[in-house]
Amino acid sequence: MHAGLLRDLEKLLGSSSVLFQPEDVLLYEYDGSVEKGRPDIVVFPTTTQEVSQIVKLAVKDNVPIVGRGAGTGLSGGALARIGGVMIVFARMNRILSIDPENQRAVVQPGVVNFDLTLAAEPHGLYFAPDPSSQKSCTIGGNVAENAGGPHTLAYGVTANHVTALELVLPDGEIVRVGSAQGDAPGYDLTGLFVGSEGTLALVTEITVKLTRKPEAIKTQLAIFDSVDDAAETVVDVTARAIIPAACEMLDGWTLRVVEDFVHAGFPRDCAAVLLLEVEGLAEAVTAQAAAITDVCKTHHAREVRLARDNAERELLWKGRKNAFGALGRLAPSNYVLDGVIPRTKLPQTLRHVREIGARYGFDICNIFHAGDGNLHPIVLYDPRDKGQFERAMQASAEIIRYCVEVGGTLTGEHGIGMEKAELMPLLFSDADFDLMRRVHDACNPACLLNPGKIFPLSKGCGEIRIRAKSSSRPSPS
Amino acid sequence: MTSAASNFAARLASAIGASRVSADPAECTEYAVDEIVPAAVAKPSATEEVAEIVRFAALEKLALIPCGNRSKLEIGMPPSRYDLALDMTGLNQIAHYDPGDLTVGVDAGANFNDLAAPLFKQKQFLPLLVPFYFESTIGGIIASGLDSSLRHSCGTARDFLIGAEFVDGTGRLCKSGGRVVKNVTGYDLHKLLIGSLGTVAVITRLNFRTFPAPPASRSFVLSFSAPRDALVFSNLVERSPIRPASLDLVSPRLIELFVEAEKNSSQPPTAALKGEFPAGSWHLCVSVEGSPQVCERASREFAELAASSTAKPAQFVTLNENEGAGLWHYVSQFISFLLEACPLTAIFKITILPSRLAPLLEQLRALADQASLPYAVLARACGVLYFSLLLPSDEHESLNSASLQPLAEATSAVFSFCTSENACAYLPWCPNQLKRQVNTWGSPRADFGLMRRLKSAFDPQNLFAPGRFL
Repeated sequence: MHAGLLRDLEKLLGSSSVLFQPEDVLLYEYDGSVEKGRPDIVVFPTTTQEVSQIVKLAVKDNVPIVGRGAGTGLSGGALARIGGVMIVFARMNRILSIDPENQRAVVQPGVVNFDLTLAAEPHGLYFAPDPSSQKSCTIGGNVAENAGGPHTLAYGVTANHVTALELVLPDGEIVRVGSAQGDAPGYDLTGLFVGSEGTLALVTEITVKLTRKPEAIKTQLAIFDSVDDAAETVVDVTARAIIPAACEMLDGWTLRVVEDFVHAGFPRDCAAVLLLEVEGLAEAVTAQAAAITDVCKTHHAREVRLARDNAERELLWKGRKNAFGALGRLAPSNYVLDGVIPRTKLPQTLRHVREIGARYGFDICNIFHAGDGNLHPIVLYDPRDKGQFERAMQASAEIIRYCVEVGGTLTGEHGIGMEKAELMPLLFSDADFDLMRRVHDACNPACLLNPGKIFPLSKGCGEIRIRAKSSSRPSPS
Repeated sequence: MTSAASNFAARLASAIGASRVSADPAECTEYAVDEIVPAAVAKPSATEEVAEIVRFAALEKLALIPCGNRSKLEIGMPPSRYDLALDMTGLNQIAHYDPGDLTVGVDAGANFNDLAAPLFKQKQFLPLLVPFYFESTIGGIIASGLDSSLRHSCGTARDFLIGAEFVDGTGRLCKSGGRVVKNVTGYDLHKLLIGSLGTVAVITRLNFRTFPAPPASRSFVLSFSAPRDALVFSNLVERSPIRPASLDLVSPRLIELFVEAEKNSSQPPTAALKGEFPAGSWHLCVSVEGSPQVCERASREFAELAASSTAKPAQFVTLNENEGAGLWHYVSQFISFLLEACPLTAIFKITILPSRLAPLLEQLRALADQASLPYAVLARACGVLYFSLLLPSDEHESLNSASLQPLAEATSAVFSFCTSENACAYLPWCPNQLKRQVNTWGSPRADFGLMRRLKSAFDPQNLFAPGRFL
């Protein structure tokens, strides 16, 4: 298949940069989601020019192209849904410049998120978006999905930290949008391309803002005997206009597993904890931490602990960020959801999630960004039992539907990808899809860039509807 | 008005109601953009009417420009066609406000002040005190893409606009984003509305994340004899642990305008401007927000910085909350004061990395001096420079292309220089006549082609404000 294209790609990149044997490309059919999609060819360019040439070659043969960073995505965004050429940015992983004076960095898309923070650290700076996968996920992937993380509550998601992009369009054209400072005359193209899930262009260079480290940080662990009390605390913290840098919730069920795995010092006998962090001037942080303690006590917190030092703080965060991994001890597989709700609806939504779990017979864990209403219910299931898998998907769809019903949305930071494409009509009308389709076609008219993503298959490119391989799972709708 | 125009106005009236359409020439004149007068004005009162008007315009191939209170219509190039003004002020309700979630949704035609009042009651605000905000609609503020001094701490609209509804060029109501503070569902089309000047869609509703009002604030004015020293000091402030809410540099000419306006104002005097400002000095205006303790510490540390820095201010004034509010009102409305004092002003918005602000400003001043044109400057420390060339007023009376020549030449020189320095520049305000000689969007950018394609995706028939941007 694609023998001519394969030959041309090997000629362009050298055979060590092109994979096509089934056992080699097999590795690239997964990401962090439950989806699958195998590419026919995997390539590893090292320059923007090579990316442009690859795109031209693939488009000439009408072969789809999918960009991929580290493959840690949770929505099937970096999977080759209908095969084709996968461009892996692993070898475009250089930090091109760090400009401490202007708090900017220019990076290639394959740079690992946390590596940028490490490189910026000597200057008292860091890269604020901090997804749980930050030690492995790439900034290119963060840009594609508009990734978030616990600290986006105060600092915003990836889009708030990107000022300019270099793009390769499906005709191979290389275009720069935005500016190093950020503002540029005309439309905010950077704002459109960040979060477009690789369906409009391939990103080959990213200019990001670096954030100055705060003078003081206080991290608190509030322990509750009731999930409702923890949820009401989050509502009240927001209502009192306290904006912590992070406000995470872990339910008791999850905590016990995480504690066994990480030994972070989480209590084993509580219903929920909140991990709260405030940052800023020492004076402000002390006052905010005291105000948060008050709110927690008002809502019957059993205890509010303050991390004594940086080591304890890091341990608490290690517990939070490794929680998903720890869940592997509980069930052979799990499905992570990513709904968002207005924060005032948090207590009722968590109760509803529990009801849905009970009704479908699943344990559902909750580890999530409570402060911005970004839920991550995690459905534990056994994929070997097809009936269980289907029920898990149905329960998940029901939870997401509820998020939409209470004024929320389908995804807060993981993206739509393949996973939630069929749920899009819950939010968007035919007119919305038509416009999104026209915007898509303005950049990617032949639908060769990351086909089969974002749009429900019935509203995607005609070509895709015919060629779509059967999905690895039934539609959750 | 031509009979064709009156015909379409009558047909539109029969479609949406006579009270919603006016073809009165005097009224239409009030909606002129760059002296181009539309043949009719439509005043919808509901979203569905907006959609109907756009469908009507599509059918009749009419060019339309949506507007609010018309305080910023002069931004952009003259429209190549303009048949119908779409007055959005009839859509002016707050659709939802959830103070507990810090989110609000508002119709595009609502006045900024009518939204600010209920937010203020809940000790919240939107950082949109942009030029002309007090007479602006929310839709107008977003469509003009202007920034405020608070961008230093709160960012610009792209950082807190969380969703929008709008009518596209096919006359259908569309949306993007939503009502929650975190959302990556679908394309962020609403970001394209910011600064679009009505060229991509008719905005009908905007959803924002709101901000809690700070418990206290304090402002400081530090006066320097040279702008370079002021910017060196501003850099020291940036590197201190204190994060200012605003950090703007005001040029001598601009502060004179503020003081003059203050003298002529019927409002209670602004203590901030009572003091004597050293003549010819540049003023770094800083605000800090937070608890009283935070404000105290900022006072202390800035005073220490001022005493120890090599860039010493000639004067250091601390303002309390009320005095500060007075100062920031003037700073936020600097465009109005410039245009009132000198209608023949060309005001550039130039963006560049902060470290290059000082040398850029020096070159631009030299350029203005060479052209013998007075200038005024407002620079935001984050790398935004509003640079104004002022054509002296005695030349106003015989206004023609010859009298505008010095301004036209200097404008072209500013654009060329900015291009060579890799700075982004455009000219949001200038005399209408200058637009015949200069493209206010400056040197073409490599991404303009992509923008054109996106404009066509939203507005396939090019109905919306054609020519105003691309």
